[in-house]
Amino acid sequence: MPPMSLMEQLPEGGLVATRLDDALGWARKYSIFQYPFVTACCGMEYMSAAASHYDMDRFGAGFPRFSPRQADLLMVVGTISHKIAPVLRRIYDQMAAPKWVVAFGVCTCTGGFYDDYSTVQGIDTILPVDVYIPGCPPRPEAVLHGLSLLQEKIQKQGRRGR
Amino acid sequence: MISETRTVACAQALDTLSRLKAEGYNLLVDLTALDYSVYGKRPASMGWEQNFPSGAPAPRPERFELVYRLASLDPVTGLEAKPRVEVRVSCGEGSSLLSVMSLWPNADWLEREVWDMFGIKFADRPGIKRLLLYEEFVGHPLRKDYPVNKRQPLIGPKSGELAGSPSFNIARQEIPFE
Repeated sequence: MPPMSLMEQLPEGGLVATRLDDALGWARKYSIFQYPFVTACCGMEYMSAAASHYDMDRFGAGFPRFSPRQADLLMVVGTISHKIAPVLRRIYDQMAAPKWVVAFGVCTCTGGFYDDYSTVQGIDTILPVDVYIPGCPPRPEAVLHGLSLLQEKIQKQGRRGR
Repeated sequence: MISETRTVACAQALDTLSRLKAEGYNLLVDLTALDYSVYGKRPASMGWEQNFPSGAPAPRPERFELVYRLASLDPVTGLEAKPRVEVRVSCGEGSSLLSVMSLWPNADWLEREVWDMFGIKFADRPGIKRLLLYEEFVGHPLRKDYPVNKRQPLIGPKSGELAGSPSFNIARQEIPFE
């Protein structure tokens, strides 16, 4: 669907032609339901980015769902240990397609400085990742930048959304 | 905070701790352990000895040392009634160390953590379970002989070496992204 303002400007019975991929991508990128998988200190920065001051809702991602069945975006926020890795994988498997994954913070990207016996060395060893947001923790501006890059990616994926 | 440190042999540990409990030390603040298996045994050429101006430390006869830190809380005021005490218990691999769960119930989880990280056994807790790591984990990671690069993931690459970023590379191929 095109934006409503465009419809209103059209004469009676007018049509707007667009590509299905573009329309789907446009609809999906502004209605991201996110599942925050928060395990560590990055959660504070996630709260800051999501709450009113930085207001993630401006970008259509203002609705955290705590059921993976209702979520489009898995936000992995914080260190993932080997003990919780199977849980994270199960959450990902339970999400309905199309779905995307954001690695939030350097621990989820690479393990960060936890190069030890207990920590997963990057969540991309256990599930596919769409956008990496490094930082320890990332500033809310970096999170919003990552989110807008993800939106760009969703727009370009169209029907092929994962 | 610690005003007094007592070093006790393994066999007298429970006696000493019971006496301290009777003296009013009603709170076990922490229970942890140290692995001295390589302490004082490294060649002097490695350059670490400059941290010890009085000379290199001598190796310890026993491999492990358990550290019990005790406090005495007044049940009415909540203030500490006595200076804190630290009890250090030397024990070897096969020592018959006894649990202090009967004195301080919170020793349950602390002893499980010591077992989990160091593999120190408590003679009267034969079926002790890990506290933090998963049951499939083999070995005890805070021992000095646990290989620093050893990885035991439950899922993901079994060898433990760093995987690339397959999803990122696939995304680059499929979708022109900036």
